[in-house]
Amino acid sequence: MQRFINNPDEVVEDTVKGFVKAHADIVRLGSNPRVIVARHAPVSGKVGVITGGGSGHEPAFIGYTGRNMLDAVAVGELFSSPTAKSFFDAAREADGGKGVVCLYGNYAGDNMNVKMAIKLAAKEGIEIATVVANDDVCSAGPDERDKRRGVAGEIFMWKCAGAKAAEGAGLADVRAIAQTAIDNCRSIGVGLGPCTLPAVGHPNFSIEPGTMEVGIGHHGEPGVRVEPLKPAAEIAREMVKIVLDDHDLAAGTEVAVLVSGLGATPVNELYILNDTIEQEIAGRGLSIHKTYIGNYFTSLEMVGATLTVMALDAELKRLLDVDVDCPARF
Amino acid sequence: MSDNAARRLSRMFYRISIAIEAGKDHLSDLDGAIGDADHGITMSLGFMAVNAELAKLDLDHMLASDVFTAAASAFLDAVGASTGPLYATAFRRAAQALKQDERLSAAGQAAIVEAMTTGIKERGKGQRGDKTMLDAWIPATEAAVSACARAAGSRDMWKSILEAAEAGANSTRSMVAARGRAARLGERSLGHMDPGAASAVIILRAMKDTFGEDAAK
Repeated sequence: MQRFINNPDEVVEDTVKGFVKAHADIVRLGSNPRVIVARHAPVSGKVGVITGGGSGHEPAFIGYTGRNMLDAVAVGELFSSPTAKSFFDAAREADGGKGVVCLYGNYAGDNMNVKMAIKLAAKEGIEIATVVANDDVCSAGPDERDKRRGVAGEIFMWKCAGAKAAEGAGLADVRAIAQTAIDNCRSIGVGLGPCTLPAVGHPNFSIEPGTMEVGIGHHGEPGVRVEPLKPAAEIAREMVKIVLDDHDLAAGTEVAVLVSGLGATPVNELYILNDTIEQEIAGRGLSIHKTYIGNYFTSLEMVGATLTVMALDAELKRLLDVDVDCPARF
Repeated sequence: MSDNAARRLSRMFYRISIAIEAGKDHLSDLDGAIGDADHGITMSLGFMAVNAELAKLDLDHMLASDVFTAAASAFLDAVGASTGPLYATAFRRAAQALKQDERLSAAGQAAIVEAMTTGIKERGKGQRGDKTMLDAWIPATEAAVSACARAAGSRDMWKSILEAAEAGANSTRSMVAARGRAARLGERSLGHMDPGAASAVIILRAMKDTFGEDAAK
């Protein structure tokens, strides 16, 4: 294992310390050291927008803290839900008196910890509304969408809800737009190589050389099938097909496209994928409003990429175009 | 110094922590096969936090239920993942059960096992056969209840609790996961023991050793 770490048990602490130093103009550490807070938060009279999740997905989740985006983020161990207390403390840091939306991914640990945080917050008079992201198409069938995991579509959800809250919308409206945003997202991941938790020291799953895992999850959860590795154009076509076959969008619909590396894929390869992705999406009669390419939501040093397509309506498009100021480029 | 119920429980948590620490790598390997390889790490983190918290408290003036209440919040504040809420809820339910009888009699010990299982079930909405820690906790509870019904002593009861838990954990090898992260694997989870069931056995064995030792005195 060739990694830039000090102590494998202190990877998260060290990440957070370096992150806060680098972006001190935008974020600060909360009174709970497992909470990152936007410098401007809390804003009195504004709905607080928070999330939380395991570490190892940087720049997610912490990198999306900032103006017109997230007000606070709960930080978990690598690939592991933050504690209920950290979610609660994030809500406390973000609360401007109008309630807080917690927008997070559909994983057993996060669901339980957020539920407990809601109770803790209620005791202090802070109302937390939630939206659970479930954009990962391959994690469950179309009839079981409530079982699907949340992946990179979460960034679109945070962006739209963050912008809506910044406009002064109330808790119900911010929650509703976050729900609409994630309902309009579909994602797929393809894995070419595994990742290793430093404290474990060896990969916790394997991908045979010459093969790829179609539908892989953000922590290496197995996909729907293992296939021989193919040229990028064929992989891109398959990704677009899986995402759009699940989506049922009318011709002429405007979409936003996000292609994210999983950590160890060179960015140029994301452009190679995108060349075909855009061609395929246009071929289906959809028009692309905006494309995002880069390492937006990673999985340690996994080799692979995810594609997220969000269908836009007038409001989502307007909110997506609002300027943000956060450590991650978006 | 009197060996009150709170001290006995504190010793129990200490034993659990040592045993989990010793089994940490094994648990993480089991988890790596079907999950995300962090189970050993999170469990060890949680029980170390419980010990650190109990070390700060004046156990001579505490009730058994107070120890479980303190353990619940220490565990919850230290551990996220799913194990944090699951065991924190288990400890809270154990504290509630002990409020009926703080003496840690054999029946009280059985009540702890039963209440912990109820807490885990309630929080995780799981059931037997889902390939989770409940596949160890549920049989353990049944063994505890039936030992109480036949008025077995503490040592006898713990022997049957542990046997039932071990058999339950072993049975998870032939199950397909229905809950937790392993549920995404479907049939690929076959053949692997569930790490949560494995750590439940470690916990119950440390409880057995603690209460068995007390009974031998």
